[in-house]
Amino acid sequence: MDFGPYLLLASLEGAVQSAVLALTAVGLSLVFGTMRVVNVAHGEFFMLGAVLAWWVTTFVGLHPAVGFIVALVVAPLAAGVIAAAADLTVLKRLKYDPESTIVATIGILYIIQQVVLMTYGPDARPVQAPFSHRFYTPWFGYSSYKLFVIGMAILLLLGVWALMAKTRIGLILRATQLDREMAQAFGIPVERVYAIVFGLGAALAAMAAVLIVPIQQAHYLMGGDPLLLSFIVVIIGGLGSLMGTVVAAVLIGMSDGIISVFFTPTLAKILATLLVAFVLIFRPNGLFGKRSS
Amino acid sequence: MSDIRKSLVLHGGLIALLLLLGFVLPAYHHGNLARVMVLAVYAMGYNVLFGYTGLLSLGHAMFFAAGMYGMGLTIQHLGFSAEAALLSGVVAAFLLSTVVGLLALRTTGVAFMIVTLMFAQTGYLVVLYFGEWTRGDEGFVIQKASRVIAGIDVSDPANRYLTALALFAVCLWIILKLVQAPFGKVLIAIRENEDRARMLGYDIFRHKLVAVIVSGTISGTAGAFYGLLFGYAGASFATVQYSIFPLLWVLLGGAGTVTGPLVGALFMFYLIDITSGLTSAYMLFAGVALVLLTLFARQGLVGEIRRRFAPWLP
Amino acid sequence: MAALGSTAPNNLLTTQGLSRNFGGLQAVSNVNFDLPEGQVRALIGPNGAGKTTFVGMLCGRISASAGRVAFLGEDVTLLPAHKRISRGMAYTFQITSIFGRLSLRENVALAVRRRLAGHPDQVQGEVESALSRVGLLDRADQIADDLSYGHQRLLEIAMGLGQKPRLLILDEPTQGLADSEIADFKNLIRSMAGQTTILLIEHNMDVVMEMADFITVLNFGEILAEGSPEQIHANADVQAAYLGTG
Repeated sequence: MDFGPYLLLASLEGAVQSAVLALTAVGLSLVFGTMRVVNVAHGEFFMLGAVLAWWVTTFVGLHPAVGFIVALVVAPLAAGVIAAAADLTVLKRLKYDPESTIVATIGILYIIQQVVLMTYGPDARPVQAPFSHRFYTPWFGYSSYKLFVIGMAILLLLGVWALMAKTRIGLILRATQLDREMAQAFGIPVERVYAIVFGLGAALAAMAAVLIVPIQQAHYLMGGDPLLLSFIVVIIGGLGSLMGTVVAAVLIGMSDGIISVFFTPTLAKILATLLVAFVLIFRPNGLFGKRSS
Repeated sequence: MSDIRKSLVLHGGLIALLLLLGFVLPAYHHGNLARVMVLAVYAMGYNVLFGYTGLLSLGHAMFFAAGMYGMGLTIQHLGFSAEAALLSGVVAAFLLSTVVGLLALRTTGVAFMIVTLMFAQTGYLVVLYFGEWTRGDEGFVIQKASRVIAGIDVSDPANRYLTALALFAVCLWIILKLVQAPFGKVLIAIRENEDRARMLGYDIFRHKLVAVIVSGTISGTAGAFYGLLFGYAGASFATVQYSIFPLLWVLLGGAGTVTGPLVGALFMFYLIDITSGLTSAYMLFAGVALVLLTLFARQGLVGEIRRRFAPWLP
Repeated sequence: MAALGSTAPNNLLTTQGLSRNFGGLQAVSNVNFDLPEGQVRALIGPNGAGKTTFVGMLCGRISASAGRVAFLGEDVTLLPAHKRISRGMAYTFQITSIFGRLSLRENVALAVRRRLAGHPDQVQGEVESALSRVGLLDRADQIADDLSYGHQRLLEIAMGLGQKPRLLILDEPTQGLADSEIADFKNLIRSMAGQTTILLIEHNMDVVMEMADFITVLNFGEILAEGSPEQIHANADVQAAYLGTG
């Protein structure tokens, strides 16, 4: 294949990556932005979404599209409820102390991962795509489902944006983010808001996983990479900034495809991980974040 | 009895008890306890930073692995003797902790945790990347013939146990001295109130840097000995999981206590040993323990004993 | 460096054009300030006048936007806080800042030990002397968090004494103290007078008028007036800005 078509293919793959990554990372960013805590178990909610999607589609058993649509509703909902429950039983009692929350969410990470290992088992299992149409360019054929993933991610991200910018819920979230005590004084039930945000963040990760699982497979250890990449995206995009997060996700997702043309995947990961560390050390507000005085 | 005397009796008694156990324990537990003592040294190194200085690292596996590979690779590829290889392991951990300290200490709190996590993840990936030499996840065995320190064959279980105990005893002594010295008291002061310590004229950065170096070097020494005593080096010791373990052991045993890391490592080792016989999902118990500890027992086992009965415990 | 100090050899501390702005807000602007050795100086002014920012720049907690600070004849503007402290400054926080989970003895020992690094045998004696000067010796082995608020303020002053500073900066030391405790505090300051130079940020005018040799009034980040307690008391500008409304 010539370079041009090859680049097109790499860009398409990069765009799918970016779309899923943006959804996952926005979930992490939303939680950090509102609650000022880092959810290390975020990748496990992603994994939970994928595994639940496998279960739901297998259980429903009708046409793949029916199972998929059910999974798209059930998996994020279940992941969200589990996350909200974890928030109410654990994080709330820790008073959202940043360091304790990290330690506790590491614990939650292992609990979710290992419970899935005990129930779902160690195998990677595929989920059938809701439709299997392919379209053809002059050089290669490409799965239409991947374009659908990009479209869905854009729609969902617009939904999150609208929720934050246009609705009363968004207003409450932003108020809580700005000043927790003031929000409480104005009668906002901060604890309930936190539980909802924590659940919403997990639901977004699970939603991303449902979208990607027909392309990848569901496996109990699949949460590691999305967690790492989301970290990278959220930190580079500026902690807690939704717009920055999306921009960084596109940047990382697109360049991931292109970088891996030049480097081995391991070297690419090494560079990306070091980049995060150095951004945190030398530009703690993110590459695109504003410097505070 | 003065506090110093009590501390001497307690820690001397602990070493004597461990020595005695070396002669009476059945083979299986004998081997386990040797492992636990080396892992406890790893946790004691971690505790210098987390328990005494109040800096929570999520990346100590990189120091453990630096010691382990600094030792293992020089034996495997450069034909070093065991003594020289151990030394190169310690030096590797020392150098790595110096560099990581200089960089990571520009951040605080959550950023420090993530930066150390990222550096450790880089370390793990580097081990995989140079798989030709490190043999990646599969790891490599250190031949029996190389595992002789000063004429003592440490692949022999009895020698191995005594070597592990000697390492543990030396580290226990170093850490006791450290935390009772003015330097250690400043570390505690930084943990308790960094701003106040600075305004008493202490150079916070320098103290923290030394704490990172001491902590990383002790953890790396444990890694070097672990590889040599048990004859294996592998990438699994560089994973995030191995950064979480010392945190878990120290939280369980009691952060900022000298004997807590041993208690925590012993307890967790057997918990995982027993449960892994029942299920492959043994890390579930580590997860549950982490959540319960952060929720209900921030002081850990020895910490609770100190709080209730023995405020003199160092 | 030498020029800055040599203008007034008997001054322990000098600032020239010291300024600090936060964003657009000018918290301290162009302050020239001289503090002679041995003086008890009060720094007063309405809330938000920039007093804490100003002393923060003296001891290095806050970096200056412009201007210089000289201490013991040397320019310390670029030195970090801990180096200024080790040259002989001590600072007690406006909001009590102690090592809450440590004993009183260890709190003060931390203050004493840095200075006596080569003489560990003298630490104990100096710790007890500092604690006894603030009347807390009998509580030496209590945990600092268990003390009453007033006693915690005194502990903080004991930590200042333990450093044997050339310059002791006290940021609102009597805030929240009971009347009897304030009387003890005054006695303490009197006992130090002459040996230690003291810079006192204070709201309690009785304490200021009684203790200070000299007063500097800060308003909107600038020096409004300086003079003896009598002069300041009689100053119309000061009354308008501060005393009149107080």
